[in-house]
Amino acid sequence: MYTQALDSAGAAEPQGDVEEAARLERFQARIDRDEKIEPKDWMPEDYRQALIRQIAQHAHSEVVGMLPEGNWITRAPSLRRKVVLIAKVQDEGGHGMYLYSAAETLGVSRAALIEQLLAGRAKYSSIFNYPTLTWADIGAIGWLVDGAAIMNQIPLCRCSYGPYARAMVRICKEESFHQRQGYELMLTLVRGSAAQRTMAQEALNRWWWPSLMMFGPSDAHSVHTAQSLRWKIKRFSNDELRQKFIDVTVPQAQYLGLTVPDPQLCWDEPAQHFRAGPIDWSEFQAVLAGDGPCNRERLAARREAHEAGRWVREAAAAYAEKHRTARPRPAAEEGGT
Amino acid sequence: MSAAIAPERPHATAEERFEYTLRLADTSLVAGQRLAEWLGHGPALEEDLALGNIALDLIGQARLLLALAGRIEGRGRDEDALAFWRDAGQFRNVSLAEQPNGDFGQTIVRQCLLDAWQLETYASLAGSLEAELADIAKKAVKECRYHWRYSSGWLVRLGDGTEESHRRVGAAVQDLWRFTDELLTPDALDARMTECGIAPPAAAIRERWERRVAGVLAEAKLPQPARSHYPWHGKRGVHTEALGHLLATLQHLPRTYPGVSW
Repeated sequence: MYTQALDSAGAAEPQGDVEEAARLERFQARIDRDEKIEPKDWMPEDYRQALIRQIAQHAHSEVVGMLPEGNWITRAPSLRRKVVLIAKVQDEGGHGMYLYSAAETLGVSRAALIEQLLAGRAKYSSIFNYPTLTWADIGAIGWLVDGAAIMNQIPLCRCSYGPYARAMVRICKEESFHQRQGYELMLTLVRGSAAQRTMAQEALNRWWWPSLMMFGPSDAHSVHTAQSLRWKIKRFSNDELRQKFIDVTVPQAQYLGLTVPDPQLCWDEPAQHFRAGPIDWSEFQAVLAGDGPCNRERLAARREAHEAGRWVREAAAAYAEKHRTARPRPAAEEGGT
Repeated sequence: MSAAIAPERPHATAEERFEYTLRLADTSLVAGQRLAEWLGHGPALEEDLALGNIALDLIGQARLLLALAGRIEGRGRDEDALAFWRDAGQFRNVSLAEQPNGDFGQTIVRQCLLDAWQLETYASLAGSLEAELADIAKKAVKECRYHWRYSSGWLVRLGDGTEESHRRVGAAVQDLWRFTDELLTPDALDARMTECGIAPPAAAIRERWERRVAGVLAEAKLPQPARSHYPWHGKRGVHTEALGHLLATLQHLPRTYPGVSW
């Protein structure tokens, strides 16, 4: 995963400086020609900051996103499910790594970004502040959360910033596998016992609305969408992506024989879209503000891992320093005979 | 002139082969389950990924070995029946594998001692007369080589890192050393498997393990503890308290909802 619709900083109007205005114009012209912007190219400071914020939030989301699913690794109900889940959580850690690297090309270090996260100054996708209460939540996350993430992320493969776009190509391939395994897990549950079907329905009830909120505030309230669209950091508006997700996902729920927990959901024949009922944005705002069901636990877990690992990182640095000038350590005997 | 007739090797019973295969399978499963607990909580993202990789390898080995054990037993038990429906007393892993993760240093020491044993054991088992076991061992030995490189590399860095890391990892070696004798001392079943050409001779494994581990401890500037004589018998089903808790977590879902597919 996992971008939530992320808004860029407000763009400053170009100053009166003529040369600056000309540079901005040339930059926008490159974007308009669909050229990729690369790390050494000139870019407006607001563009750089908007990207750093978006990529960092995305990276943090991957890393925090390891926690709710990691919660079920030790309890996976078969060995096959266990290895698939370990591999998936591992992929998320890997996505975090590529994304931190992409952010580093913009001149900010991974360590600094992690400090911001741990200090509570950086955001991550609020979906990970919801708990995984049953095994079916693992299916629902793959199906819905990764499904929503793919909707958000496929357009990012064409994002104007080269390193981010390239990272997204690889990430999207893996997300697509995650989404399929989540749906397959749900399918197994609905074809199982009554207790398993109940588990699957309850998971859909828990994850449906938070998944819709992953696309971010509605366009009417998203003040920065226009600039992000102009810079091609973003390719579609929040509401367009959300609608696309609803249109794809409702028939999938129907195929599973599950009920989408929205009494107002209906098919709009002339428009050829499913129309969802209103989203409770007060819940979204509360979770975003730190009052979701697991905000405290998620951040505490990250802080604890960071603190508990400090002596290990210090030891690795001390060892590297001691042996910096020395010959590289001969690999420990590896033969195996 | 009559040709010399080699004395025929004895044949192990299915029950003996089943028990021996479980020792290998359960050791990988339990160690993999332990490592999987780290995911999302490691000291750096790179370590989360590496520990996850090793867990995947170990659980992968366990799946192949449990399936083989099930075929040898011939009572229709598959990998999941064996993993989820045996109690602690029926698990045959060595006691070292089930020891709790503790801090990263304790995990590294546990893995290092175990990796050296698995690496030497699988390297020798690649020549086992039990053909399916030999095939699994040929694949496993490549994985174990990487596991050893990872854990021994970290043991050296922690041992020769800071004062704190040296102290922590030294304490972990002292603490876990008592479980190593079980790896290296053959019991009647191990001896029987060697006699039947299935398992490698224990004395050879001990020698190679000791050389390998002594080399790394020296490089890590850590003293080697004295040999401990308390006889741990995890491989005969007599475990430490830690295994029951590990299995309670591992097995709870299939046991709460018996008879369904996942």
